[in-house]
Amino acid sequence: MRRLSLLVLLIALLHPSLSWAAVQPDEILPNPALETRARAVSQQLRCMVCQNESIDESDAPLAHDLRVLVRERLQAGDSDAQVLDFLVARYGEFVLLKPRLSWATAGLWGLPPGLLLIGLAVLVVAARRRRGGALEPAPKLTAAEEARLKRILAEDHGT
Amino acid sequence: MIPELGHYALMLALGLALIQGTMPIVGTKTNDTVLMSIAAPVAVAHFAFVAMAFAALAICYVISDFSVLNVFENSNSQMPFIYRLTSIWGNHEGSMMLWVSILSFFGALVAVFGGNLPVVLKANALAVQAWIAAAFHLFILTTSNPFVRIPQAPFEGRDLNPILQDPGLAFHPPMLYLGYVGFSITFSFAIAALLEGRIDAAWARWVRPWVLGAWMCLTVGIAGGSYWAYYTLGWGGFWFWDPVENASLMPWLAGTALLHSAVVMEKRGALKIWTILLAILTFSLSLIGTFLVRSGVLTSVHAFATDPMRGVFILAILVVFIGGALALYGWRAPLLKQGGIFAPISREGALVFNNLFLTTACATVFVGTLYPLALEALTGEKISVGPPFFNATFGPLFIPLMVVMPFGPLMGWKRGDLIGAAQRLLAAAILAGLAMAATFALEQGGPVLAPFGAGVAVFVMAGAVTDIAERTLFMRVPFRAALRRAIGLPRSAWGTAFAHFGLGVTLLGIVAATAWGSERIAEMKIGDNLEIARYRLTFTGLFSRQGPNYHDMVGRFLVHRKNGDLIGVMEPSRRSFPSRNMTTTEAALMTRGVSQLYLSLGDPMPNGDLAVRVYFKPRVLLIWLGAAIMFAGGALSLSDRRLRVGAPQPAKARTALRAAE
Repeated sequence: MRRLSLLVLLIALLHPSLSWAAVQPDEILPNPALETRARAVSQQLRCMVCQNESIDESDAPLAHDLRVLVRERLQAGDSDAQVLDFLVARYGEFVLLKPRLSWATAGLWGLPPGLLLIGLAVLVVAARRRRGGALEPAPKLTAAEEARLKRILAEDHGT
Repeated sequence: MIPELGHYALMLALGLALIQGTMPIVGTKTNDTVLMSIAAPVAVAHFAFVAMAFAALAICYVISDFSVLNVFENSNSQMPFIYRLTSIWGNHEGSMMLWVSILSFFGALVAVFGGNLPVVLKANALAVQAWIAAAFHLFILTTSNPFVRIPQAPFEGRDLNPILQDPGLAFHPPMLYLGYVGFSITFSFAIAALLEGRIDAAWARWVRPWVLGAWMCLTVGIAGGSYWAYYTLGWGGFWFWDPVENASLMPWLAGTALLHSAVVMEKRGALKIWTILLAILTFSLSLIGTFLVRSGVLTSVHAFATDPMRGVFILAILVVFIGGALALYGWRAPLLKQGGIFAPISREGALVFNNLFLTTACATVFVGTLYPLALEALTGEKISVGPPFFNATFGPLFIPLMVVMPFGPLMGWKRGDLIGAAQRLLAAAILAGLAMAATFALEQGGPVLAPFGAGVAVFVMAGAVTDIAERTLFMRVPFRAALRRAIGLPRSAWGTAFAHFGLGVTLLGIVAATAWGSERIAEMKIGDNLEIARYRLTFTGLFSRQGPNYHDMVGRFLVHRKNGDLIGVMEPSRRSFPSRNMTTTEAALMTRGVSQLYLSLGDPMPNGDLAVRVYFKPRVLLIWLGAAIMFAGGALSLSDRRLRVGAPQPAKARTALRAAE
């Protein structure tokens, strides 16, 4: 509860959630390669009782249990993907910090490339049209605009 | 008496905001110059009353008046003076007061320094500014009144949350708000232009100083928050892709895009409609950020539903202002004339590229932040979107942007010479290649892409230097002539180079600290040694220390080089605050050049040993140093001559007026 109220307060202050690097000395695996994998996998998994923290960062008891569980699975010979599958089977998609592509997340994953492509398409069309338009003579400036242009150019002289 | 005065002043400010929001508009419609000209003095008076209300709240905090509920809940008479002051914005009500104070402050600035603006534009812009202020005054008065009294005043306050009792918090929220709220001015100008139905290149020039100022504040605000998180949270992370951080990053991305598109509009008269849209979107994102943070919707959709008063109010503000602005845009924008033809390969083209990628990056952050909320609200399905998602999407969008960045300033307007620019960037590219090779050879471990990232960072930095070297003809004309040219360069050219260089510096810091940092987590007894990077730490003892309103349990560590030279002492602590019965971790930092050793104490182990976390963060300070350089670039640009011409000089003001007819 203390943690929760803290988080609310922190969020009230435009701030990320609070954590004290959570991995405890007694959790660390003797095999450094396996431990590195465990850390990488932990960073993909959400601590479900926390606000936007991975189990690698959180000091909640649940995160501790999950870290130990991840390490047990890795020691038992699971691949990284198998560990993730195991946890998704237990806790649902919510546990993954990088959601998998599915119909529900299509919008999430599709938006960045989609928007980029749409933007590019709009630009190409606009450039084509502009090239066509460039052939027409530009409308003449009015006398007032002409005077104004002179003034602006004079101001810009230094640049 | 003082809180009542503050409350009263705030109500009067609401009244003045309503006058400021209506009369000038009536004036512009009936062509009544008297009504239009009241906008400026009313804006100043409006600010005076808001400032009075804020000062009243500040006095309550400084004298520790616990009969005020807000002071009782967030302050304590034992706290040092500076934290009694900063606790004003360490809570919801007070931070909203800061918000409206800055909002009306910007309005007053436009009123005072806007002497060269066309009367109609100024009247409309100040009126729009007043609408926003009125909405937020009403929000504070009805849902978040900081002046509420407790009938029987307690003797002592509850204290500010210990995490927030930190010098970083004195500085970072006001800067962030200056940035957030600073974009309200561009929004007001955009709406004013749409109301008037006309816009020209001069508009971009009037708006530019405000965009620059807001962007600078937001840049250091975000960087300050990141540094605060880095040293407070105890494990040396500096960016978490937390929704609250994203809320401040989105206006920054949109604001950066706006800064660039406004240049095209000012110089070439192109991208007008797009620039107006960006001005609206940037402030809309600031409003959305405020909503996300203030409504509690992030903590949980259900928390929002159980106490919806504030959230619904801000949501209403959001819908009215963003919806209204976009509707007005849809109706009026087609009337605005487009201008300025340019080839795809040109300075304009590069800036359009910049805008495309920045807005896509911004949209990515937006969808990543809000998708889980929307999905849960619509289907009940819960997903998480965290750092791995953002790293996978934001990075690939930002890297091309950085690669293209050095080309932009080297291209000509209208039609650029890509091959020429590439030739001039050859030295920068060679340098980047060397950096890539060097990091690949020297640094062990780390992701494969890290040397590539370092190369891009060096390319951006060297590109910025190339830009200045090209403009001053450095190495091609005698040194003195080059120096004269350098002094004669427009400040905005220096500003561009500084800001771009700063971004390269930041990227280098991010790459180095994340890819090549090392970490040790260990249990230590007194007398134990621990080795990390090139250093050896010796735990020599624990002692306790009394602070003004806390108690420290300090661990003392001697730091040696591997060869045995003693280079210093690090004293991390666990700090307990009796008034809230809370403990925080105070990490110890030792700066070595631009790298840092980071030491924090974990929980005490059952066997009495001390859990210790040590990190070596190579080049980590570059992250924030880069932000400081970007800020300096903004300041240089702000001091450019063309933004000062026509400042309060009667003759110039008259010409500006005539030009607007």
